[in-house]
Amino acid sequence: MFTRVLAVASLEIRIGLRNRWLLLATLILAAFSLALALLGSAPAGTLGVDRMTITVASLASLSVYLVPLLALLLAFDAISGEIDRGTALLIFSSPISRVEFLLGKAIGHFAVILIALLLGYGLTAGVLVAFGGGSLAGLTDFARLIATSAMLGLSFLAIGYIASSATRAPGTAAALAIGIWLVAVVLYDLALLGALVADNGGTFSRSVFPLALLANPADAFRLFNLAALGASDLVGGMAGVSDALPYPPSAALAAIAGVTLAAFAAAAAILKRIEP
Amino acid sequence: MTDSVLSIKNLTKRFGRQTAVDGVSFHIEPGERAALIGHNGAGKTTLIKSILGFLTPEEGSISVLGNEPGSNAARRSVAYLPEAVAFQKALTGVEILTFFSRLKGEDPKAVPGLLEKVGLSEAGRRRVGTYSKGMRQRLGLAQALIGEPSLVLLDEPTSGLDPVSRQDFYALVEEVAARGAAVLLSSHALSEVEAKTDRVLIMAHGKLVADDTLASLRRAARLPIRLRVQGAEVAADEIAQRLGGRRVNCRSVELFCDADEKLSHLAAISALGSLVEDVEVTLPSLDDVYRHFTGVDAKKES
Repeated sequence: MFTRVLAVASLEIRIGLRNRWLLLATLILAAFSLALALLGSAPAGTLGVDRMTITVASLASLSVYLVPLLALLLAFDAISGEIDRGTALLIFSSPISRVEFLLGKAIGHFAVILIALLLGYGLTAGVLVAFGGGSLAGLTDFARLIATSAMLGLSFLAIGYIASSATRAPGTAAALAIGIWLVAVVLYDLALLGALVADNGGTFSRSVFPLALLANPADAFRLFNLAALGASDLVGGMAGVSDALPYPPSAALAAIAGVTLAAFAAAAAILKRIEP
Repeated sequence: MTDSVLSIKNLTKRFGRQTAVDGVSFHIEPGERAALIGHNGAGKTTLIKSILGFLTPEEGSISVLGNEPGSNAARRSVAYLPEAVAFQKALTGVEILTFFSRLKGEDPKAVPGLLEKVGLSEAGRRRVGTYSKGMRQRLGLAQALIGEPSLVLLDEPTSGLDPVSRQDFYALVEEVAARGAAVLLSSHALSEVEAKTDRVLIMAHGKLVADDTLASLRRAARLPIRLRVQGAEVAADEIAQRLGGRRVNCRSVELFCDADEKLSHLAAISALGSLVEDVEVTLPSLDDVYRHFTGVDAKKES
């Protein structure tokens, strides 16, 4: 079983290298994070907070937008592409189970995202250290950001696999993936905000809203990172919310893991029913 | 019967109200090369997908070396080449074969040998995107030969190949069968498989309408042989009178006969002596035989 999963995973990494996907993702992450680090560092001196910490706070917001997009763009082709090319027939007629196949894809794609995050955000951390803006506390913040961003990526990979196996056609899967990104990252927050305003401190704000934040990995990710940075005094907004929630910030991490597992189970269930 | 590599009994598969495969039964023994012939939509691909375990039939049973289709034991002994497969263009031939070797639990060290066997040693390090159609098809066959399978299923493997590539392809199939593997290959034309297979299975409208050697099918079809006699001069009328054929133009006469009457007709023609300049004997073509088993039978039913 292990060699088969590894065969799928290593092929995905190879493809990511070959078609310059990994390079592109790294460049995008590096460019955006460097821009935020260098342009956004101006107020750090006056606030007297570690320059790396405030950069990580900005990068957490960047990750919320970029990482789900990268993950969904990697995932949409995973099953639909194999069906479209006819290679699904070959793969599923060989002695690999559907779950092993999905696991291999996930490990390969996860590795691609992790490498891009390490290189992209790592470069920014390196630049900050080189220019004398680094500290040990700042580096652990960076490490936490990279680790949780990778978790966020994995959750959206799993959601992308649902789209890929449910549509079975790469074009439709791609459109659905973009739709999922738009809803999860942009519209979900807008809807919550609207509901909060309309509810004005009623039952929704007290019981539904905290759970709604956990249900969306993008929100759970932001919640955890800003709470961990103690950044409510730095950036305000969403970060201030975490103090008023009925659960510790670590529950947000558990929620991301839960959504990831549920999405994997759903994708595997759909994949098992597919006749290639 | 139990040593059959593939044994299918009374298989029926329906899609909604349409019956794609209708009560098909046959066995394939080790080392046998069988051709599955039928026009598009005759049920060939449905049958092959059922053998692979992708489709669950409504009735009947399939056994692959005594195992359920799609079970791990069956998958380990079956190799398959689908009709239209497009490998990742960015990968090389070596990478693709290494990947499938690892999926099948075979040693990737055998990959260079496989590439050499299908004549792709030179191209193995190049990206598949640069391959011609024939090369891609040979790469697909190399994939199907990984790990010496007992049953090789090839779905329309030679469609779109030039005659030379097709001959090379059948030479490989012969090698595989000589090693003891059973080969079932599908095609839409009988003329494509010719003498390259031991047995011909003809499907029409989901039913198996013929299952025999090509020579026996020819005999069973009892299609007439055409003799075209060319006279030395303007003698067609006289030749037609003496042989009892039909006059085509002022020099040639055409007549039809069964296979067992051929020699007596030829004797009669040679008895005409200098009146005859040339004789042309045309056996019924493979397409005629195919049409006999599919078209005519279908008309009888309706």
